[in-house]
Amino acid sequence: MTPTRLLTVMGILTAGLVGSIVLALSVGTVQVGLGEIVGIFFGKLLPNPVSWTETHETIVLSLRLPRTLLAGIVGSALALAGAGFQAISRNPLADPYVLGVSSGAAFGVVLGVLTGLGAGAGILFLPLFGFVGALVAAVVVYGIASIDGRLPVHTLLLAGVVVSLFFSSAIMLASALMQAEELQGVVFYLMGNLRVVSYPTIGIVVGCLLIGTALIYAQVLPLNLLSAGEEAAAQLGVEPERVKRIIFVACSLVTGAAVSASGSIAFVGLMVPHAVRLCLGPDNRVVIPASLLAGAIFLILADIVARTVVAPTEIPVGAITAFLGAPFFAYLLRSRYRSVSP
Amino acid sequence: MKAVEVHDLYFSYRNGRVLNGISLTVEAGEVLGIIGPNSAGKTTLLRLLSRVLIGEAGTISLYGRDLNALTKREVARTVAVVPQEFQVAFPFTVEQVVAMGRYPHARGIGLETAEDRRATEHAMDETVTAHLAAKYLDQLSSGEKQRVVIARALAQQPQLLLLDEPTTHLDLSHQVEILGLLKRLQAERGLTIILVSHDLNAAAAVSDRLVLLKEGTVLTAGLPEEVMQPEIIEKAYGCAVWIDTDPETGKIRILPRL
Repeated sequence: MTPTRLLTVMGILTAGLVGSIVLALSVGTVQVGLGEIVGIFFGKLLPNPVSWTETHETIVLSLRLPRTLLAGIVGSALALAGAGFQAISRNPLADPYVLGVSSGAAFGVVLGVLTGLGAGAGILFLPLFGFVGALVAAVVVYGIASIDGRLPVHTLLLAGVVVSLFFSSAIMLASALMQAEELQGVVFYLMGNLRVVSYPTIGIVVGCLLIGTALIYAQVLPLNLLSAGEEAAAQLGVEPERVKRIIFVACSLVTGAAVSASGSIAFVGLMVPHAVRLCLGPDNRVVIPASLLAGAIFLILADIVARTVVAPTEIPVGAITAFLGAPFFAYLLRSRYRSVSP
Repeated sequence: MKAVEVHDLYFSYRNGRVLNGISLTVEAGEVLGIIGPNSAGKTTLLRLLSRVLIGEAGTISLYGRDLNALTKREVARTVAVVPQEFQVAFPFTVEQVVAMGRYPHARGIGLETAEDRRATEHAMDETVTAHLAAKYLDQLSSGEKQRVVIARALAQQPQLLLLDEPTTHLDLSHQVEILGLLKRLQAERGLTIILVSHDLNAAAAVSDRLVLLKEGTVLTAGLPEEVMQPEIIEKAYGCAVWIDTDPETGKIRILPRL
């Protein structure tokens, strides 16, 4: 991997990200022109011939911008977690949703809300509940699925299903204790749903994402070596158990943060790293940062679809990603099963 | 100079003892063949020598240093392993697989240095795999794949190369090719080589000395002609064999009596 190639790839994806953000700010029930958007952001700095209304400024800065940022950050977080889980399980079918890690995080968040610990100012601690739930789910899945230190694809998927069902039913039990309007909120939340959130919430999710990214990126070379198996990696000087622990914690952290802000959005972590590997090869030094950017682009675009396709009604963005992701998963299972099964 | 000194080494897996007080020495620059029946502890010994496993009792010293006092990465700068099975889960190219051997020498996130590129290219030249650089492992023949795995080990720039059954899955011509490569690496790089093999003819032909293991102990060690005696082999494997020497090459030939 040459630095030039890495920078070129990152440059192209960054341009794509900026483009998709601008598109997301512009499109909706009220169309805001490109000139207006530039004016709203830079009008105070530059002389600008385009004028814009205060309504448009409010729509862009208070409604669309926080939602778009959240979409981007959640997309990044889920794609990062997917790339991380795929690397340590040596399995392109792993992702936080398939492994039940998202369900664990959702249960943690619901528990946080239900106990009242996550209400009011405590809303800033919801990512922590999500993190703990995600970590518990990840460790349990790993414990069920591993056979003699290996993670065969069928046990991994089955363990993911089991854990996912368990936490889903735990959420249903918990929601039996809720009032009707609370319940509707939870159901909408569980489907994976982006909405307008406060900037402090976005800040917390960003913080978790940065920590998770740093932890994972420090392990990119060991992650590459692990693709040849844990023993082969150990013979080159990697400590597989230590690397796996770090990746579990980091992926759970970013999944927990993402789920606490937007519910469990399906299959982003599955599709994005896979598409990235298809285009750029499997080297994690590229796959990890490229997945961060591509995940953001993907979820921002999916959210535009979610809020415009049957406007003015919104559909949960999780429905869009699942609609795309389920066939994709089926395709992967059919075409890749032979090459991924040990 | 002793490359490896193993003294009174014991090791057990959960389901029982595998190594039962093994002692042996390997001279720097020699090829040592480790032979013995199934479950004699051959592969386990290699895993202990590469510090993937740690012994229960006994010592291993590597070029005069206690193996347990070294980190995994330090060991990997001296010892490289060619495992019996090698599979990569994602479609890395041959060149990327070989470059993975540079990890013990890498710093930071490991962007390639000129030294990395030089070592990788050299390893691919020596194993005649440079023309395969852009291919994927599953596009290669068994012989090509084995050469790539050896190239990955050479990219580590080791002093000691461990091979576990390097010719088992290969046809006759590829066996000859791999064994020839090992002799060349011994002569040109001055590599010390330990190889585990079920193929007694190959082990006898390529090794300077042989160690015969049975049930976790050293049954016999010595020159190939000393170890390859019918009564010794029969005792180890429990079947009758026929042994003679090729009059032209002076190599030992062994056949089971059916």
